[in-house]
Amino acid sequence: MLTLEGLTKDFAMTRAVDSVSLTIAPGELVGVIGRSGAGKSTLLRMINRLIDPSSGKIDFVGEDVTALKGKALHAWRARCAMIFQQFNLVPRLDVMTNVLSGRFHQRPTMRNLLGLFSEEDRAAAIRALDRLDMAPFCLQRAGSLSGGQQQRVAIARAMVQNPAMLLADEPIASLDPRNAKRVMDALKTIHEDGVTVICNLHTLDTARAYCTRIVGMAQGRVVFDGPAAELTAAAAREIYAGGDEEDQAVFEEGLTSLSVTADPEPAAKAS
Amino acid sequence: MTEALPSNSTVAIVERARGEIRRQKRFQTILFVVVAAAAYLAAGYIGEVSLGTLAEGFFGVFTYIYDTAPTLHWATLGEDLASWYWGIERWLLELWKTVLIAFLGTVFGAAGAFFLCFLASANLAPNRIVAFLCRRFLELSRTVPEIVFALIFVFAFQPGPPAGVIAIAIHSMGALGKLFSEVNENIDKGPLEGLRATGSNWYEEIRFGVVPQVLPNFASYTLLRFEINIRAAAIIGIVGAGGIGQELMIAIKQFHREDQSAIVLMIILCVILIDEVGRRIRHRFIGDDMPSRG
Repeated sequence: MLTLEGLTKDFAMTRAVDSVSLTIAPGELVGVIGRSGAGKSTLLRMINRLIDPSSGKIDFVGEDVTALKGKALHAWRARCAMIFQQFNLVPRLDVMTNVLSGRFHQRPTMRNLLGLFSEEDRAAAIRALDRLDMAPFCLQRAGSLSGGQQQRVAIARAMVQNPAMLLADEPIASLDPRNAKRVMDALKTIHEDGVTVICNLHTLDTARAYCTRIVGMAQGRVVFDGPAAELTAAAAREIYAGGDEEDQAVFEEGLTSLSVTADPEPAAKAS
Repeated sequence: MTEALPSNSTVAIVERARGEIRRQKRFQTILFVVVAAAAYLAAGYIGEVSLGTLAEGFFGVFTYIYDTAPTLHWATLGEDLASWYWGIERWLLELWKTVLIAFLGTVFGAAGAFFLCFLASANLAPNRIVAFLCRRFLELSRTVPEIVFALIFVFAFQPGPPAGVIAIAIHSMGALGKLFSEVNENIDKGPLEGLRATGSNWYEEIRFGVVPQVLPNFASYTLLRFEINIRAAAIIGIVGAGGIGQELMIAIKQFHREDQSAIVLMIILCVILIDEVGRRIRHRFIGDDMPSRG
């Protein structure tokens, strides 16, 4: 159970996230939607403490995440994996090492620095890559791969962390529709394995197709929270067009579409 | 001419802001030029540099170089060269020592710089105090010239190469540490954030997020430093830290002008050689990253 209480983040001139309170149950696949600048990224980054909240509290199963420091903070980040819009792999390292970095926290620092990885760790990395059809690229430099491939490497890195939760910050915003679908299908599989997934999206139809619950944000506030079926056209207009009447008049759901839809049955592993 | 815009139109607002910025910029530019010109003139006045003295000295340089040139005749070229380079065996040995002093000094200096540079980078240091102390320490190491360090160590130990190696290592550490830390400050933060999100600690972030990005630059700065250090090693030989510098000093003190030109020419050729070798090594380092233009 992840509980956010009045979470707020102020930057120099703006309030990026404005007292957000949410409770997320284990095993949910939550889609956070909203325009660029609505505070979605900041919210996710606060959850795994890449940035510190200005005020408010994050609680995970009775543990005060906002108070964590040092080793305990690293342990929290390892349990709460994250993937990014720009993948954030180390381009000059090979795919395998990038994935193995997901294991750093569980291993002695000295062995990590010397690059001594056990067969077990390597096997875990290869299996994670294989699930995403990326095993053939194991020894290539991450920088030489396409965007879709890099995002799958990033997912493999997140998976070898054995996380309780996966945060995905606009994972498909830099990808073409076909790769976007592969990545979303992978997230769905991870969700079906019992990992809580929180995914920032700016396309409504993707959120509708994949998520069990949708949180809509506008100007740092939560303006919608409910199952996908309850997300009416009026609610969508509120999220994307805010209070601006002119924007509301021209708003069409198609504007946020990427034409990515889920398979009717649970995502089968591509073969 | 365009027709007058209503004062509150978007175009007018943007244009006004742009004009404001340009005015500020122009003022800054003028101020900069005035200050720079004043500083330039003041530097010349205080340093007692006058164009007249410069012009006089200019020809003096050529006279000196001319005086040190050997007398070579086409008919007896072989013998003339042999007598110009009468000390070739000893000089080569001393030059080799100089290269070794420079090499060891560069290796130790680069190693020290490598360990300190991450602590001195604003974006990587664990806190401001550590960064501040590290930067001051590197500054101290590089502002004291090698020759001063060499004098101290020649006095502390004894005349000979070890004093030269330590002197060069300390200065190189200061100079490279600054350059390395500035390279670190220019890295792409994405990979670092990706690692942090896995729960990696500081050492792991540096080792896997920063080092792969900065290593080619570190290598090229270190090779450049090696070239500089050969020259430095030749000079500190003058104060008794071993190598070709000692030979050059003797030649200068005893007015053996042809020896001076012979030794200086050897040093120049040596630096050219190192430069070429260094370039090849560096290309091997970064070769696979060069954008192809195919």
